[in-house]
Amino acid sequence: MKPITEIETGASTENPVVGIDQTAGNFSYKVDYAFDAGTGLNEDTVRYISSVKKEAPWILEFRLNALKKFQSMPMPTHWATKDLENINFDKIRYYLSQGQKPKRTWDEVPDDIKKTFERLGIPEQERKFLAGVEAQFDSEAAYSNIKEIVAKQGVIFVNSTEGLREHPEIFKKFFGKVIPTGDNKFSALNSAVFSGGSFIYVPPGVKVAQPLQAYFRINAENFGQFERTLIIADEGSEVVYMEGCTAPKFTTSTLHSAVVELVALKGAKIQYITVQNWANNVFNLVTKRGVAHEDAEIKWIDCNIGSRLTMKYPGVVLKGERARGEVLSIALANDGQHQDTGAKMIHAANNTTSNIIAKSISVGQGRSTYRGVVHIPKHLKGCKNNTECDALLINTNSRTDTYPAISVRGDQNATQHEASVSKVSEDMIFYMQSRGLTEAQAMSLAVNGFINDLARQFPMEYSVELKRLIDLEMEGSVG
Amino acid sequence: MSKLEIKDLHISIGDKPIVKGLNLTIKQGEVHAIMGPNGTGKSTLAKAIAGHPDYTVTRGDVWLDGKSVLAMQPDERARAGLFLAFQYPSEIPGVSIANFLRAAVQARMADGEELDASGYYKRLYAKMDLLKIDRKFTSRSVNEGFSGGEKKRCEILQMAMLEPKIALMDETDSGLDIDALRIVSDGVNAQRHGPSSPGIMLITHYQRLLDYIVPDFVHVMYDGRIVKSGDKSLALELEAKGYDWVKQELAAATA
Repeated sequence: MKPITEIETGASTENPVVGIDQTAGNFSYKVDYAFDAGTGLNEDTVRYISSVKKEAPWILEFRLNALKKFQSMPMPTHWATKDLENINFDKIRYYLSQGQKPKRTWDEVPDDIKKTFERLGIPEQERKFLAGVEAQFDSEAAYSNIKEIVAKQGVIFVNSTEGLREHPEIFKKFFGKVIPTGDNKFSALNSAVFSGGSFIYVPPGVKVAQPLQAYFRINAENFGQFERTLIIADEGSEVVYMEGCTAPKFTTSTLHSAVVELVALKGAKIQYITVQNWANNVFNLVTKRGVAHEDAEIKWIDCNIGSRLTMKYPGVVLKGERARGEVLSIALANDGQHQDTGAKMIHAANNTTSNIIAKSISVGQGRSTYRGVVHIPKHLKGCKNNTECDALLINTNSRTDTYPAISVRGDQNATQHEASVSKVSEDMIFYMQSRGLTEAQAMSLAVNGFINDLARQFPMEYSVELKRLIDLEMEGSVG
Repeated sequence: MSKLEIKDLHISIGDKPIVKGLNLTIKQGEVHAIMGPNGTGKSTLAKAIAGHPDYTVTRGDVWLDGKSVLAMQPDERARAGLFLAFQYPSEIPGVSIANFLRAAVQARMADGEELDASGYYKRLYAKMDLLKIDRKFTSRSVNEGFSGGEKKRCEILQMAMLEPKIALMDETDSGLDIDALRIVSDGVNAQRHGPSSPGIMLITHYQRLLDYIVPDFVHVMYDGRIVKSGDKSLALELEAKGYDWVKQELAAATA
């Protein structure tokens, strides 16, 4: 058996002012990749990925068409940040894997990869409270399994390669329909080189009792991860999906650009939870959208703690009458980070309701941006939207911006929008210190208090994890 | 027995001297009332002793049990046994009283020592009953949306839970109606007896509070110094004659 070599990933406290602690995910093991598409992106890269996956011709065509779109679309720097210009698409590796078939037991997972997930606590969580787990390592899932009792109910939980190959009759119908290839430059990029991600189908009336979880791990340097997730909840079914992500911190930049499509058919409920803790050299440019049919409900719970730049606005298209959409979003921007997050609610049927609650925390020179769209056209009636965005600034040089775009036409719909910006005051910190709490403890308590009402709505395991991550981030952010 | 010794203390805000040479010793179990007109430095004294960063000690020292506290952070002073009951307590949105106090109690425990949750709640509820605070209060955010009386009762509750050696009470009576004043005073008086009773510096404008919390000593502060000290009868004399009486006496003495 070959020895496992841990690679030095460099100091995690590059910035002495903040001393961001991302050590939990900041390690990487040397892995021999059997499949490597090389550096840079062209037609050959796309053909290589498609061939190692032994894809049907229509998928290759889909990819090549997407590549053309990607190449023809400009960078959206006219409204977004100039930092996007720092991504060098020629220096990225688009596909790295040890093989295309995930293992069904942890024992079969190669030691070097298994060690990573054990260190992140994934097998333990699986035993404790999950119905199924997919663990993606760079481009492909290294492990994927679903508890037998859930599989027996007809629930499908596989990676995207398997989903398109084994169940085209289910997935082809919705694939690329919620988020068209040309939706934005990065959805086009994903459509060209996608690999990994989860394909989930929940049959009518089936309520999956425990969450399904995916864990996305980037191990390689100069790498781009492009997972593609499609979740279909058939009529009256319910499913909770959670995803976590980490990467070691490299001096060069890493790209993560996923596309996630959700379809909640009549009366179905999908809850999608993300705890994103990428290292702060990762560009995290993700497109997430769901379609909620009649009486269906889609809820995005989106926590962004890590990354260098995140641009992500989970959306719900409220297509059927009485459909409900919700986005609960928490973003923490530390020094050197920009969290550009928000939500989109597109009302397309009568009596649909949407709710957006976004909370952001800016620490040091961190910058958080809320960007939201709420659209209720004139011909609809009985639609309701509620939007709340609250920002907390920790230091005087922290920054927050809010760009809500709410268009409500007609006179039979209702919307309300509330926004607030607050600062942790010196007096508040002194008050807590005078009770015996250190400055850092006081700051952590203030931040946790700020997000408390939102975090309470998260599943227990995740709110505990979130609190722990925030405590880590706040350590050393004062003084 | 613990004691707080304030020695020739000078305090400035920015370049402006506020407290100009103040001497006072407070022993555990004693209640010292500090009275005086507005702007004489009473609150400055309390906040500076607690370590508020806006106040600079330019001369003199403050000792707790023979050790200077001036180099200590506010939280270190608190853990050493000082407690400041604020005139205007801060709101901490989203942090419940139960969790806040729990964190404060935990902060006083040694590394690795675990808080006994059931014992903690038992003690908390007992103190709350004493202060006539509804149990539902524990889940409310600290001071958020509290009435003046609720805020002050919350301060006294914290004091009761943290059992300081020395408590600095900054105008605890301000903003209280007569019923709230009685409840708060009962809460303080309940802590005055027993071996762990704190030494109390009670800052107030009015004699009224001293009817409820009867002081052992009364000090009159004027222009950054203590200019007159006596027992509780001094407070009554002040009430009858007003602060002008002190000013005139001072003027006569320096003339």
